[in-house]
Amino acid sequence: MNLALSDEQVLLREAARGALSRFKTLEAAREALDGHEDALPDLWPMAREAGWPGLLIDEEHGGAGLDAFDAMLVLGECGRVLASIKLLGHLAATAILNEAPAGASLLADLASGEQRAAYLPVKPPDDLAQEWTVDARVGSKREPAPSGGRGAPGEQVRVSGELAFVPDAPGADVLVGVAMLDTPQGTGGEPTGVAIETSADGVEVEPIMRYDATRSLAHVSLKEAPATVLDAPQSSLAAAWHLAQALLAAESVGSVETALDVSLGYAKERHTFGRPIGSYQAIKHSLTEVLRQLDNGRSLLYYAGWSRRGGPDEFALAASAARSVAGRALDQAARTMISVHGGIGATWEHDAPLYFRRAQLTRRLLGGTHGATDRVAGELMTAATAA
Amino acid sequence: MDLDDTPQQAAHRAQVRSWLEEHASEAPVLNGPDALQDEQEIIAARRAWQGKLAEGGLAGVTWPKEFGGQGQGPIEQVICSQEIARAKVPGILDAIGVGMLGPTIIAHGTDEQKSRYLGPMLHGDEVWCQLFSEPAAGSDLAAVQSRARRADDGSWRLNGQKVWTTNAQFASYGLLLARTDPDVPKHKGLTMFIVPMDAPGVTVRGLRQISGEAEFNEVFFDDVALDADAVVGGEGNGWATALTTLMFERVTIGLGSEGLGYNSNRFAHAIATNEDARRDPEVRHVLGEIASELLAVRFTGYRTLTALQKGQVPGPEAGLAKITIVNGAIRAGELIADVQGPDALGKDSEWAYMISFLPGLKSAGGTEEILRNTIGERVLGLPPAPRLDKGIPFSELRSKEAAAA
Repeated sequence: MNLALSDEQVLLREAARGALSRFKTLEAAREALDGHEDALPDLWPMAREAGWPGLLIDEEHGGAGLDAFDAMLVLGECGRVLASIKLLGHLAATAILNEAPAGASLLADLASGEQRAAYLPVKPPDDLAQEWTVDARVGSKREPAPSGGRGAPGEQVRVSGELAFVPDAPGADVLVGVAMLDTPQGTGGEPTGVAIETSADGVEVEPIMRYDATRSLAHVSLKEAPATVLDAPQSSLAAAWHLAQALLAAESVGSVETALDVSLGYAKERHTFGRPIGSYQAIKHSLTEVLRQLDNGRSLLYYAGWSRRGGPDEFALAASAARSVAGRALDQAARTMISVHGGIGATWEHDAPLYFRRAQLTRRLLGGTHGATDRVAGELMTAATAA
Repeated sequence: MDLDDTPQQAAHRAQVRSWLEEHASEAPVLNGPDALQDEQEIIAARRAWQGKLAEGGLAGVTWPKEFGGQGQGPIEQVICSQEIARAKVPGILDAIGVGMLGPTIIAHGTDEQKSRYLGPMLHGDEVWCQLFSEPAAGSDLAAVQSRARRADDGSWRLNGQKVWTTNAQFASYGLLLARTDPDVPKHKGLTMFIVPMDAPGVTVRGLRQISGEAEFNEVFFDDVALDADAVVGGEGNGWATALTTLMFERVTIGLGSEGLGYNSNRFAHAIATNEDARRDPEVRHVLGEIASELLAVRFTGYRTLTALQKGQVPGPEAGLAKITIVNGAIRAGELIADVQGPDALGKDSEWAYMISFLPGLKSAGGTEEILRNTIGERVLGLPPAPRLDKGIPFSELRSKEAAAA
C-alpha cells in the first residue's frame, strides 16, 4: 500500500506548474471572453517541449509510456490556472490508438505533438442502457453513436454521424473514437474504434465558443467520412470515455485548489467589524466545506488513476465517482469564492467569474457530472446484486 | 502508487489469515440464529476472544513488544482489521482501551502503571473506558468540572460527573480527566487519573438514546478515593495527556472509517433490491452522490495510511472523513426510508437502528461544528474567533458565566 507520488511524479507536477506559470492564462481567459480569442496563448509548443502529447503512448512508439495518474497530474496543473490547452481530447484519443496495432502508424507524430488528435466522445452502455451514445446539441437526451459500413482493421470504411461539444476538436488533425460498424449479421452492430483525418471530405468541424472561452469545443459532423478501422479492444473504447472523465475530474480538482487558495487569502486579510472575516464561523465553515469536497476529490483521483491499470473492472466506477465529486466540488468552490469576496467576486475584473464559468460549462460536458453520478449508482447496484 | 501488499505485508496477511482460519470457530457468534442473547454472556465471550486475538498477535499490533504488542506499524494493524472483517468474526471488545487509552499510558504512564495495567487491558481481562466528556464539557473539553482534591496524605478525592461513556457498565478502569487547580487558566489546571470503576462512590447509569438502547453511560463520582499513584502524566499536565488520547482517536477514525459499516456497497444493495427504485433517476442520483463520497473516504483512509507509514501524524483533517461518513449515512438512511417506506422503520430493521443512531453520532468525538472550526483554523490557517476564556483562571470564568446566566 503506497499512495504517495513517486519522485518522477512530483517532478512532472512541478515542471508543469513551472511551465504554465510563464503564461498569463487568467488574463487571457478574460480577454477571450470579450471577443479577443487570439488573446489565448498557444500552449501546444510548451506541451510538446514537456512531452505531454506522448504521455499515454508507449515508448516504442515515441511516447513516455506513462499512465492515467501521470496525465491527471498534468491536467490538474492546467486546471489550477484555467489553461486553455488541447490535451484532454488528445490524451483520450491516443489512449485508444495505443491499443490498436492498425493505428500504430499515426502514433509517432501524435507522440511528438507534430500532429494533434481529438477524442470523439461516445458513452459506453451502462446497467440500464444497452446503446453507445453521444451528447446532443440541445437537451440531455442521448443520441445514437456514429455508424458505418463493414471493414477489417486497417481498412477504410465510410462513417456518418453527429457529435456535439467535442473537446479540443478545432484544429485537430485526426479524430479518434467509436462508431457502430456493420457486421456480417447486420448493420450498425459492432462498436469499433475509428480514426478519421479532419482534412478528409465529409468531415466538418464547427468550432463553438460556449460560456468559457478557455474550453475549445466543436460540433463534429461526419457525412460518409473515410475512417480507418482500428483493432483496439472494446474494453479500451469504454476505458477512453472513463479516462476522459478522470482527466476532467483532475482538471476540476486543480481549479478547486486555486479557488480555495484565493478565497482563503481574502478571508484572512479582509476585516469587518474589527476582525478578519475568516474568523467568522459562517465563512470558516463554508471554506471547510470546499476543503472537504476537494479532499474527497483528491482521494478519488488516486482511485481512478490506480484502477485504469491496477483494477480495470473498477475503472468505470472510480472515474465516474471522481468526476461526480470533482464536478460538485468545483461548483461549490466557485460559488464560495464569489460569496466570500462579496459583491466584488461577481464582477468582471475578478477571477472568480472565470472559475465559475469553467465550473458551469465543464459540469455539462461529456455526459455531464450528472451522468457520471448516475453511473456510480449503476455500477454499484450491478455489483451489489451480482454478489 | 500501489494498492497491493509488499511481499512482507503479504506474508503478514497470510499469517493472520491462517491463524483466523484455525481459530474462527472459537469466536463468539453475535449474529444469526445461533447468536448469543444474554448481555453478560456476550461480554464474557468477547473478552475471552480478545484474549485469544492478543495471544495470536492480532490485538495491540502497534503496541511495543515489551508491553505484549507486536511492535508493528499501522499497515499491519489495518491488515489485521481487514482479515478479521473478512473472516466475519468479531474484533476486540476493548477498542477504546487498546486503540487509545493504552497508547496514552504507554506515552505518559509510569513504569509501574505500564506493567500493572497494559497486559490485562490487551488481553481483555480488564476492560477500560474513557472518562473525558461531561454534561458541560464536550467540544470544549478543557472546561471539565470534575474536581480532584489532594488530601494531606497525597491521595485524592474525586467528585463530579462524566457522560457518553462507552463500556462503563462492565469496565474495570477508566482514564479520567479532572480539574485539580481551578485558580489557573482552564487548560493548565487539569490532571489525568486512572480510576477503578468498582471504587466506592462510583455509580454507572445507562443513557438511553433515540433507538431506545443504552449504548453509553453516565458515570457519577461521589467522594471517590484515589491513590497518589493514580495520576498519569503528572499533576497539571492533563491537557497534554488528553491530546495524546485524542490524537490516537483520530488515527482510529482515519483508519477505521469503514468499520462503522456505512459503506457504498451496503447502501447500493438496499436500493438495488427494489426494481422500481433501481431505475428511478432521482434515486440513482442521490445514491450516486452518497456513494461517490463514501468511496472517496476509503481512499482518504489509504492516504492516511501512506502518511502514517512515512512516520507522519494524522492531523485534524481526518475529521473531514468523519463528517463525510456521518452525513453520507444520514442521507442514505433518508433515501432508503423513502424507497422502502415505513417498513424501513420496523422494530428489527437495520435501517431503523442506523437512522436513530446517526443524529447522535454527528456530535460524537466533537460536534461537526467544532470539527469545522478546528479544521478551518489548523488546516486552512483561518484566524480563530475572539475567545473570552484565554488567560482567565477557571474559577473566575465559571463565576462570570454564572453571573451572565
